[in-house]
Amino acid sequence: MTAAVIEPVDGAGAGTRDRVLDLAQRYGVYAALAVLIAVATAMNTDFMSASNWRVQLFQAAPTVLVALGMALVIGTEGVDLSVGATIALAASIIPLYIGYGPAPAIVLALLLGAAAGAVGGSMVAFAGVQPIVATLSLMIGLRGLAELLNGAAAKPVADTTILNLGEQNVAGVPLMAWIALAATGAVAYTVRRTTFGRQLVAIGDNKRASLLAGLPVRRVLVTVYVLSGVLSALAGVLIVGHGAEADPANQGLNMELSAITAVVVGGTPLAGGRVRVLGTVAGAMFMQLASAVLIQHNVPTSTTQIVEAVLICLAVYVSRERGTR
Amino acid sequence: MSVRTPRTLAPVPAPPPREGAEGLLETPRERWIRRAERRGPLVVLVAVCAAATAASPSDASWSDVSTILGNNAFVWLLALGMTFVITTGGIDLSVGSLYALGGVLAARGSAHGPWLAIVLPLAVCAAWGAVQGLLVAYGGMAPFIVTLAGLLGARGLLQALTNQGSTTYLVPAGSWFRHLGAGTWVPVGIVAVLFAAGWVLMERTGYGATLTAIGGNQDSAVLLGLPVARAKVLVYLLSGTLAGAAGALGGARLGSGVTTIGVGYELTAIAAVVIGGTLLTGGYGTIGGTVCGVLLLAVIHHLIDRYLSQYGSAMTDAVNGAFLAVVVLAQALLERSRRR
Repeated sequence: MTAAVIEPVDGAGAGTRDRVLDLAQRYGVYAALAVLIAVATAMNTDFMSASNWRVQLFQAAPTVLVALGMALVIGTEGVDLSVGATIALAASIIPLYIGYGPAPAIVLALLLGAAAGAVGGSMVAFAGVQPIVATLSLMIGLRGLAELLNGAAAKPVADTTILNLGEQNVAGVPLMAWIALAATGAVAYTVRRTTFGRQLVAIGDNKRASLLAGLPVRRVLVTVYVLSGVLSALAGVLIVGHGAEADPANQGLNMELSAITAVVVGGTPLAGGRVRVLGTVAGAMFMQLASAVLIQHNVPTSTTQIVEAVLICLAVYVSRERGTR
Repeated sequence: MSVRTPRTLAPVPAPPPREGAEGLLETPRERWIRRAERRGPLVVLVAVCAAATAASPSDASWSDVSTILGNNAFVWLLALGMTFVITTGGIDLSVGSLYALGGVLAARGSAHGPWLAIVLPLAVCAAWGAVQGLLVAYGGMAPFIVTLAGLLGARGLLQALTNQGSTTYLVPAGSWFRHLGAGTWVPVGIVAVLFAAGWVLMERTGYGATLTAIGGNQDSAVLLGLPVARAKVLVYLLSGTLAGAAGALGGARLGSGVTTIGVGYELTAIAAVVIGGTLLTGGYGTIGGTVCGVLLLAVIHHLIDRYLSQYGSAMTDAVNGAFLAVVVLAQALLERSRRR
């Protein structure tokens, strides 16, 4: 891995345990994913079938998109709780504007996602509001707004372009998954190879030092939340296409939790200053496959939730700042 | 920490501190800012109530007030616990799940006697909170994530207890446990006593001062020799216990354990605390402000129900979100102009 950031040199006191934890943080998610796939295949030979993988990719693609945006936000030591509500907002826009054709409706949904991100980002960057609160207020407000726009019940969406986005396979792989893959490539390139990516990581590592070094801190922060909003809105469009309906009351619920989990399990520290893009994708896939395997073996959802909670705790324990109390 | 322009970060000698805790060296402008921060929620609450009463005098009728108070009173306990947690600079996302868990445990315990109905939810939720506190204080893990896992785990435990929600536990009809949640006066009385105790704990004890110190600057608190880790464990234990108590009393009011209840309550609690003027960065918590915060949200909810009921809860959410955004922006800007 060509890290864009020089890894912090551990103090002389860094023991074997810390080194093991470091490795676990960086590569644990891939190992866990491999073990999970191996175990699932051993227990159920249908697990490796193309049809099963297609189902899993359809399920995971929107989460991957949202988690990519979340990884960028968490890289700047922020958090974006408004992603689920942004999905709902994008979903509510589609049936309203589909009369003008699919392209304007999709563009408008993405623009609204960007606007939502810009509002949250501006609160964080210009007013100095804590990311959790700024995006919490958006999370509550935007879902209410989406439900107001949409009316009480779910609205069916029958536009072929939107349905294709959500249901089409290209070369045997869901179109959604290709979109998520393209987004992954773009985000990975941004983080590793662009000035913006380096600035983002620097700000997450030490905001004050970044300011003193003359980095455009506010602009970068707003951009990060805008990206998160756009990616969430895109996920919202895909979810509408996959379900053939817009249901802002239920679409995107708990998505912020899934996305944060994917990012944390993927080895991105919550304290910012580092973004693991591929790890985030692996984390999202791991959580999706784990819940799918448990459901396939008729494990009740309660157990699934408890397993998820334990996994989150494990991931955070491994990635916590060591040597501090 | 807020982002400031490079201009203000130029390496000039720091101005002498003019923190007016004792009214010492405080300019009149700073004093007004401080008053706005401290008394703002109360002023807004009184203004909203006065406007609503003026718009429709019948609104101030006793039945409306008792509706606002009786139905929501127990949920306010989540905000009380949250105030303590946020004062230390932490956050507790698990309270909504613990509220539901407390209700189910109370209903389940009530079959074996009213005392068990009280002890069981308190014990389980206190233990849950304590484990979260241990992970935060001694594991060095982020409160946001620990309590997020707690939210999921407690919900899972709740589902397991009720066989995925298919089993409903009822409180026996003759049990005196039901009286704890009935009517308006008993719930409001219980909640008022707990809030009063919370105020004493925050304002008049060393423990409250320790919590504030941790939120202000944890490293300094450690160097001062304050029992930081212990205080943090206790604060999550307290928050969990209050959530469990709220759930148990809610179960007594409803007469059964409802598994689907409590989703998103943690967000309402955080919103109430922030609107009340407690700083999310920690270091300043106000119980009185939280009281104003929960009452404000309840009144807004009630008014929307009354005048905009055709839009339902969506309008409440939209207004609450906008309201919270305005409040945190105002807080941030006041804070900034004070520092200038």
